[in-house]
This record gives sequence, structure tokens and C-alpha cells, in this order.
Amino acid sequence: MTHITAGFMEYEALNKAVRSMEDDQITIEQANGQRYIGSALMDKHLFIKGTAGNALGCFLDGGTITVYGNGQDATGDTMNDGKIVIHGSCGDGTGYAMRGGCIYIRDSSGYRSGIHMKAYQEKQPLLIIGDRAGSFLGEYQAGGTIIVLGRNQDGRPPVGYFCGTGMHGGTMYLRCDTLPVSLPKQVSARDAVDSDKQVLSCLLDEYCTIFSFDKQMLLASHFFVLQANSAAPYRMLYTHV
Amino acid sequence: MGINYLYPPFEIIRNQDRCIACRVCERQCANLVHHYDEDKKRMTADESLCVNCHRCVSLCPTRALKIVKTDHTFKENANWKTEVIEDIYRQAQSGGVLLASMGTPKEYPVYWDKMLINASQVTNPSIDPLREPMETRTYLGKKSAKITRDGEGRIITSTTGQLKLDIPIMFSAMSYGSISYNAHKSLAMAASELGTFYNTGEGGLHKDFYQYGKNTIVQVASGRFGVHPEYLNAGAAIEIKMGQGAKPGIGGHLPGSKIGEDISATRMIPLHADAISPAPHHDIYSIEDLRQLVYALKEATRYTKPVIVKVAAVHNISAIASGIARSGADIIAIDGFRGGTGAAPARIRDNVGIPIELALASVDQRLRQEGIRGNVSLVVGGSIRSSSDVIKAIALGADAVYIATSALVALGCHLCRTCHSGKCNWGIATQNPELVKRLNPEVGSQHLVNLLTAWNHEIKEMMGGMGINSIEALKGNRLMLRGIALHETELKILGIAHAGQ
Repeated sequence: MTHITAGFMEYEALNKAVRSMEDDQITIEQANGQRYIGSALMDKHLFIKGTAGNALGCFLDGGTITVYGNGQDATGDTMNDGKIVIHGSCGDGTGYAMRGGCIYIRDSSGYRSGIHMKAYQEKQPLLIIGDRAGSFLGEYQAGGTIIVLGRNQDGRPPVGYFCGTGMHGGTMYLRCDTLPVSLPKQVSARDAVDSDKQVLSCLLDEYCTIFSFDKQMLLASHFFVLQANSAAPYRMLYTHV
Repeated sequence: MGINYLYPPFEIIRNQDRCIACRVCERQCANLVHHYDEDKKRMTADESLCVNCHRCVSLCPTRALKIVKTDHTFKENANWKTEVIEDIYRQAQSGGVLLASMGTPKEYPVYWDKMLINASQVTNPSIDPLREPMETRTYLGKKSAKITRDGEGRIITSTTGQLKLDIPIMFSAMSYGSISYNAHKSLAMAASELGTFYNTGEGGLHKDFYQYGKNTIVQVASGRFGVHPEYLNAGAAIEIKMGQGAKPGIGGHLPGSKIGEDISATRMIPLHADAISPAPHHDIYSIEDLRQLVYALKEATRYTKPVIVKVAAVHNISAIASGIARSGADIIAIDGFRGGTGAAPARIRDNVGIPIELALASVDQRLRQEGIRGNVSLVVGGSIRSSSDVIKAIALGADAVYIATSALVALGCHLCRTCHSGKCNWGIATQNPELVKRLNPEVGSQHLVNLLTAWNHEIKEMMGGMGINSIEALKGNRLMLRGIALHETELKILGIAHAGQ
């Protein structure tokens, strides 16, 4: 394990230092919002203490990033593979267009989390948020899985407005007793049944182990399953000139 | 179904004396216009299906066919023209948005045609490019404002990536999906041979084309289709697509029906899933946010690739460009409103945006005034049709131009403007394997090479005529242009004098 103290280092110098290290286990101490940490890395394991800046793990292609603190905006932007674990909360646009790997957030995430999430063959991304997500969760979702656990929401919907706007693929699981108000018409919602709980149980396994959450207690609650209403909600009626 | 008010716009004239009923026209038409009438023992046609692409005309061995505009008319009306009335019929019958392809066919001023180029007489000798060296090579990227030296007094050369172009012309973005595999291959091969670049568009890069990487610009748009570290590193530069001239403010939508196996693999989305690229990047609401993506891409590619930001030419383009020039981008690409598209709402294509000539002149002027012109290179597109358009663009301040429609025409496109139907008989704007194979990439790339080689020679001749022997010396040299039939405001924006002045 190699240690770097980020302090007030510029992000370019910090990221260059991280990339040039031969050790694949690196701890970054005193992170102060430096951007792009772990960008496009594929074979390293980063442990960040402090606050990771915008676009943490953007284009990540493997390896792991663990933050003991909060992430900021665009965590895991366009990530292709690997794992990001946040022992805290994240800002807006978490997992923008992620296509693979997983992002585990212990607490909450901002607006537009999981926007443009995709999937392709073995690439099946997973975003799990422990408490609540802001508005526009899973906007334009085209694939993959988003789970929001609402751990401190007492059964209230753990999402903001316009959840799943433009959704045309993938699945969202929301742990709550009532549906979010004004779900867009592209989204269909149903109660989770036993088979869904089995899927959830697998998906939550690692997450609950990492954060020491009681998986059975979580699974005992009510979940909604949100999916796209039709295969092609954007099939507007066009007429050709 | 009510009555169909739409009369077919074209008539198919078949000279029955020449027709040998070989049925080539029937086999060649994906729109199923032609068929053989067994009873009458002759070819016949349903002209209502014809898009006037000339495939049958070009392949008819006896030249028995021609397509003419119908002379059937409404009562003539300068305000309520045929197309206006017919569009209302279409929308009244379908309730749909009017969808169209390629650049606007409407009659807007083309400023390239209202500018004339200078030549030397007597005092400043012209140069013969066949006899004397003439430089059309140019470099795109951030240029240092001042020379810095190390302790030994040696000049520290720029470390930011530069694109080296042997000719100041690149092929602009057309995605694999909007155009065919063979069309992409033609562009890639031609770019390699010409020492310039083609652009993947937002549909990812087919695995077969990674070999052309050093002549490839890879695009990143809001949907991030097929974007991953290997893709970003495959090209010579990365382009962030913020907008497109044909449809400013509108995103892209490749319908699921066009997402076959190869396209699905290249875009990395499931078969037959819609591919939606919304107009905005939802992580970019400001120049600061744009800067974040520019540097995310630079970090991901270890600062080895220049980053291009492509925007549509809109009303306050100069202020927008000024912001982009401060965002860390190396190159700004501006797409004028006459630029092409594989599909766009017709009302937007025909009414939104501004001509590239005015956008270019005002952006170049603004960046100079602010002392940041060297921060970025300027690339312009949106209907560059000839070598003289290229010369005029460079004299107005462009570093290079993007062409796409011209390139497609070189590949055989007949501008029938029905790309959105996916039934391109020339194998360009289609994913139907039977149609795609009609375009031979070897022949296609040769046509592109021929076209740009010819343009390059014309560029040299025109430069030589002005007594200029390098593209660099022509760049922003507005004294070499004069306006013709332009009013004062237009001349002021273009920054040129009127002919005779």
C-alpha cells in the first residue's frame, strides 16, 4: 500500500502521481475535492480519505475506488467497469451513462443519478443508494439496475421529482410504501414479488456486507419495481417530408 | 382512411422504345417503384413511391428512364406554395412531426456566393503551384501565445496535442448507424490516404476501424454511446458534440428498428433498443461544466489528445465561442445551419440557426478582440461545397473546414433527402445489407481522394493567384475577399469591403 497526501495538490499532479505508481494499492489522504481521481484506471485499488472531487472514477474501466467521505458531482461518469464505494453521499449526476461495474453509496445522491444508464451483454451496471436520491433519478435509463433503499425515509418515496423521465430500459427498485408522486408515463410501477426479492437479495449482498447493513431487515420491507412502459417510448409519430 | 390529397411529386418517364424490360430498375429500387406488368409485357411504375434518387436512371442500360417534376399544380399562390399546403395535409392526416434529411433546401442567402476572391496583378507576383512550393498543411490545436525557453536558451515546444492536416479539409461527424459500414470505411480509408481525419459521430467506433485510429476523431455526445477508455484513446482527437447545425437544440434519436447486430455492438446497447441522445448534456449547464468534461477527457487520455467542442451556429455564437475558448478546449468546430443531417424535424432544420459564414466571421473577430484567438483552432462546416468555399472560409478566419454532404455526394449521394427512411439506394444512409453492398469502399474512398486532391490543387492555384504560398498566410486574411451585392451590415459582420472598394 502506497500513501499520497493530496492536501492542496492540483488535480493534474495528483492524478499523474497516482497513475505513475507501480503499487496497485494506493491510499490518498486528505483529499480536498481534487477532480478526476481514478479517471480511466483499470487495474488499481484506490482508498480515498476526505472528499473526492467531481468526476471521480470517470471512464473507470476496472479496479476499485473506495471513498471514506463524500463524493461530489459526476461520480463514475461513463464508467465501463470496476467498483466505486462511497462511505458518505454523492452530488449530482452520479453514474452518468455508466455501462458497467457498480457504484455503492452508503447515504444519499443528488439530482440525475443514474441518468443514461445503459447495459450491453455482460455489461450490467448497478447503482445502489442507501438513503435517498434527488430528482430525475434514472432519467433516460436504457439498461442496468438502480436501487434506492430509503434507509432514513420511514417508507416515504426515497426519490425526488420526475423519477425515470424518458426511461426506456433497465430496472429501478425503490424501498418505500408509497409510490413517488407524478411518475412519468414512460414508467410502469409494480409491487416487488418474491422473485424480485430474490434478485434484490443477490444484488444487495456485497453492498450490505461492505456497509454492515442488515440485508434481511431491508428485504423484509416493501419495494416497488419500476420499468419502462414500452420498448420505445420515444417513437413519436413522424411524418416524412 | 380519408382521401389522399398528396399527388406524387415526380413522374417517371420511360421511353418504351428503348426499354428492354431487363428489370434492372425493379431490382435496384428499394422503394419498390418499378414492376413488370405480365399482361402488358412491359415495365410500369408507381411514381407515388419515387424519391428521385436516380438509382434506376443511372443503372438503366438503355437510358430509357428519366425522372421529372410533375407539372400538376395547385392554383398558383405566392404565399400558399405547394409545399406549404402539402405539409399541412401531411400533418392533418398523421398528427406527426415533419421529419426531413440533409441540409435545408430552402432559399436562404449563401454568403460564399456573395464573396469574391482577390488575385495579384502587376505589383505582387502570383505564384504557379506547379512550379513553386505551396503549403496546404496546417496544424489544429492551441497555439502558445509566447515563446518560452529553458535554461540553455532552447525553445520549449508546445506540449498540447496538435492535429496535423495535409489539406485543410476534414470529414465531419456522421455516425455508424446514420450511414453505412461501407460509407464509414470509405471515409476512413480516404482520410488515411489524404493525411486528414474523419469523425465517428456519436455512434461509437466499429472494431474493424480501430486500424484507422490515427486519422480518426472520436465523438462524445450526451448519450455516450460506445464511449469507453479504449475508444477515447483510439482516435487522434476527441470531439464533444454540443450541437449540430441542421438541428440546433435537438438531440439525436436512432430508432430501435435501425439498431441491428453490428450497430448494437458498436454503440454497446441492446439489439433494437432506441438510441437516444438528448439535446443537452445533463452534466453541462455552463462553461465551467463544459470545462469539467473537457478535462475529464484529457485526464482519461493522459493529455495526449486535443479536445474539440462542436456547436451549432446560433444567434450569440461569438459569446459562446469565447466561453469555449476559455474552457480548455483546443479546437472549436462550428456547424452552420445549412449543414446536413440523417434526420431532423423539418421546421427546425429550415428555421433554426444562422449561416456559417456570418458565424465564422463574428467568432474569429470576437476571439481576436479578446486576445484569445490562439487558444483554439476554428473548424467550420455546414455546407462547404467547393474549393472556393474552403478558400473563403479560411480567409474569413477558419483554420480548416469540415465537409460531409460534399463527401457523401462524392460517394454517389444524389441528395434525394430521404435518409431517414433507411432505404438509401446508393448504400450510404442505410443498414440494409443488400443496399450497403452497393457502395464499394475501395471505389468510394478513391472518389473521396480524387475530390479532395482536385480541391487541394484548386486551393493552391487560387492561393498562388493571390501571391500567397501557404494556408497560414491566407488564414484570416479578409483583405483577400470582397463582397458582392451585400448590404452594409452584412459587410460589417463579414469584416470585408465591397467589390470595387
